[in-house]
Amino acid sequence: MNPRRLTLILVPYLWLLALFLVPFLIVLKISLSDTAIAIPPYIPKLDLSTGWHGITAFFADLDFENFVFLAEDDLYWKSYLSSLRIASISTLLTLLVGYPIAYGIAQAPEEWRPTLLMLVILPFWTSFLIRVYSWIGIISNEGLLNQALISSGLIAEPIQIMNTTQAVYLGIVYTYLPFMILPIYSALDKMDVSLTEAAIDLGCSRRQAFWLVILPLSRPGVIAGCFLVFIPALGEFVIPSLLGGSDTLMIGKVLWEEFFSNRDWPVASAVAVILLGILVLPIMLFQRNQERQQETDR
Amino acid sequence: MAQPQPQNVFAPWADPAEKPLIRFEGVTKRFGDFVAVDDLNLDIYEREFFALLGPSGCGKTTLMRMLAGFENPSEGNIWIGGQNMKGIPPNRRPVNMMFQSYALFPHLTVWDNIAFGLRREGMDKDRMRVRVDEMLRLSRLEKFAGRKPHQISGGQRQRVALARSLAKAPKLLLLDEPLGALDKKLRQDTQFELMDIQEKTGTTFVIVTHDQEEAMTVASRVAVMDHGKLVQVATPAHIYEAPETVYVADFIGDVNIIEGTVIPAQGNRVDITYAEGKPPIRAATDKTLVPGQRVSFAVRPEKILVSREMATERTNAVKGRIEDIAYLGNISTYHVRLDSGHLVSAQMTNRNRLERREFTWEDEVWLSWTETAGIVLTE
Amino acid sequence: MNGRLTWFNVTSLTLGFAFLYLPMLILILYSFNESKLVTVWGGFSAKWYGELLRNEQFLDAFWVTLRVGLISSTLATVLGTMAAYVMVRGGRFFGRTLFTGMIYAPLVMPEVITGLSLLLLFIAIGLDRGIFTIVLAHTTFSMCFVSVVVSSRLVTFDRSLEEAALDLGATPLDTFRLVTLPIITPAVISGWLLAFTLSLDDLVIASFTSGPSSTTLPIKIFSAVRLGVSPEINALSTLMIAVVALGVITASLVSKNALRRQRREKQEAFAA
Repeated sequence: MNPRRLTLILVPYLWLLALFLVPFLIVLKISLSDTAIAIPPYIPKLDLSTGWHGITAFFADLDFENFVFLAEDDLYWKSYLSSLRIASISTLLTLLVGYPIAYGIAQAPEEWRPTLLMLVILPFWTSFLIRVYSWIGIISNEGLLNQALISSGLIAEPIQIMNTTQAVYLGIVYTYLPFMILPIYSALDKMDVSLTEAAIDLGCSRRQAFWLVILPLSRPGVIAGCFLVFIPALGEFVIPSLLGGSDTLMIGKVLWEEFFSNRDWPVASAVAVILLGILVLPIMLFQRNQERQQETDR
Repeated sequence: MAQPQPQNVFAPWADPAEKPLIRFEGVTKRFGDFVAVDDLNLDIYEREFFALLGPSGCGKTTLMRMLAGFENPSEGNIWIGGQNMKGIPPNRRPVNMMFQSYALFPHLTVWDNIAFGLRREGMDKDRMRVRVDEMLRLSRLEKFAGRKPHQISGGQRQRVALARSLAKAPKLLLLDEPLGALDKKLRQDTQFELMDIQEKTGTTFVIVTHDQEEAMTVASRVAVMDHGKLVQVATPAHIYEAPETVYVADFIGDVNIIEGTVIPAQGNRVDITYAEGKPPIRAATDKTLVPGQRVSFAVRPEKILVSREMATERTNAVKGRIEDIAYLGNISTYHVRLDSGHLVSAQMTNRNRLERREFTWEDEVWLSWTETAGIVLTE
Repeated sequence: MNGRLTWFNVTSLTLGFAFLYLPMLILILYSFNESKLVTVWGGFSAKWYGELLRNEQFLDAFWVTLRVGLISSTLATVLGTMAAYVMVRGGRFFGRTLFTGMIYAPLVMPEVITGLSLLLLFIAIGLDRGIFTIVLAHTTFSMCFVSVVVSSRLVTFDRSLEEAALDLGATPLDTFRLVTLPIITPAVISGWLLAFTLSLDDLVIASFTSGPSSTTLPIKIFSAVRLGVSPEINALSTLMIAVVALGVITASLVSKNALRRQRREKQEAFAA
């Protein structure tokens, strides 16, 4: 191998090894350590400085204590389940909101489409934090929505939206909407106009043509969009902590609190390891969907 | 078939004293298990316009890419101008290539595209300017020197690509389906342009194409390839009139193939029985054939005469019924079902206007051809 | 696909875009609210912008963010472009699967995990947290985004362009410098922009990897917002939205003009 090629490979490779893989191995190692009140606040189980002996001692002593703790404390159970539920429901809601928009863009005259697409992407370039924040002024108890509803006489007392799970759904749908619209749009855009026309020609109504032809054919886009929302939503931290209040349990928030408030590094690390374990399945399914998609495109 | 060649005809391959410019010596190229080029030997001479013809996947492109240096032979040697090319990278070969996609650099102007190779050579500015302007004139692109590739038409792009690859005055120019992206009319004009430029510059051209008409039009010699092997290497006329195999006969132009067994006849002639109870086909051949040998008789549609009455002056005459007529304007092709069941096509020039056509569907007609009209093929 | 717009399409587009843009429009409107009470309209005023510009904490955080963003996105662009080149053109080498895995994994890795793991690394090797550690963290995750953007351009790159350069006598290095790089430049630039935006936007990873002296703007905004809506944050948000909108609109106008010019020139070419 010539030296130029070697450098080209080694520089990014070593960077990622040092700053992605090694840190993750450290998380794994600490998740297997014992909690201690010290700095750093854990007692390492794996001591590589003692060489082979250290490794054998580590395996002999391996007890998954933190994982057992996580399994026994129902706070963690509940927050994993609640994360999964919140991510699933918000993915479904995002799909329901996003599909009609994507379909509308695909049906729009060709010269409008770039502008419409730009309008979908534009929010993505603005700060995530600000987009979440923008809802606080609307849905809080004294917020614009409640003010409007009260002054119109529909309700007497403000409805509690802020600091509920519903607010988290809203936040996720709002911020992840572009991730849902774009893949669905690109699946719809690839479709031949004559498909609808053929279906109508063969006796379908426009609505039937949509359900029987367009919707099934846009499935890969729908699947991709759902994963693109579900995967990041599962580990979400900002939305539940700003909009969800103390009652909303999400695993990203629990990890943050274990680490910053309780300073329990081993448990925080164990939480991270399990979160990653949960994510493996959807990520693999997503990858498979993308690969299959690429094959059919070819 | 080999007719005596006049002395002044360009045919270096017929002269044993001539040294080839390119020599393939037992060249094999494998991609994994796939053999793209199989133990191939071939000489190409200076100033030749050599066409590699074959269906996609026959190995012609691989052969060309090995000449350019983008692929290395798994076995064997390639010589260019007496020098073994083993281990010599593409940028140090006296070869330039015109790519199928043209591969014009989109960020450079036409002028800079043509100058690209000269700059790499380190040519001084004044000489380079002269050379680029010369190439622009040769390819009639003077007006477009400052344009970017996306600002010119497909035909102009093709000429830029040609000018760019010729700018360095290579010993050898490789053309990978150079006209594939052009429409038919433009393609025909460009074929003559290519031949003209080849003649003017005296460069050796090796062209890869799957279009047999193109190969026939431009090339001094054509190599027909199949499955990584050369099937036949000869002049276009020879390939058309005297194909050595059924594959070549079938690949170049239209042909009727009738299978049968040999009965020896007088002189250089054989009789071929192709159907029970029918008179055999008589054909001239210089091949030595044994009685009973299975052969294929190949005859081009335009060499068969269609007539209402039996044509007695021609050796072979068979009766049949017109099943289909393809009217192509200048000519018509008649598909005639023989009594033996064979379907034979025959082509006739349309001398009369359509409404006065002599034959029509379901007509009983006679097909006839001379002894030397077709050829006998053993493989 | 191209049909005709039904009333259903029009309604869903109108409602959809209203949903996407109304919250931000309200935010912008209320940033000009005179009243300290953020939900009560007290008349038009730009005073919160003045307050914001006098708030040194925000200004400091802004400069930290900008510095981190510029350095990390530039580093990420260099590393990400190299990585993309390796992925698309690197051929086979030992550990290629691991390499590709490490490029794609950070894209789907929850930020809390990335942040936590990097923090634990910095502590383990005794690196003091500050701007430097945030830069390292941001470079690492945004280089993966850059390499995805650049490699998707490289994949569609007509390989024969590079072969043509070699064929015309360019060395492999010249080929990269004179042909490959100029052609992938747009992708490299959009990779840089993406990396820069990601860095400006990041709260979670920065929170883990920053030190006390290196608070970034998102960290600052987050701690302010936790206490509820504030008119200063509204003003800040408006400024940030304005900058992004301006940038995106300029970029799209520029590319639209370029497209129009290209089309005109093409027509001229065919007319000639």
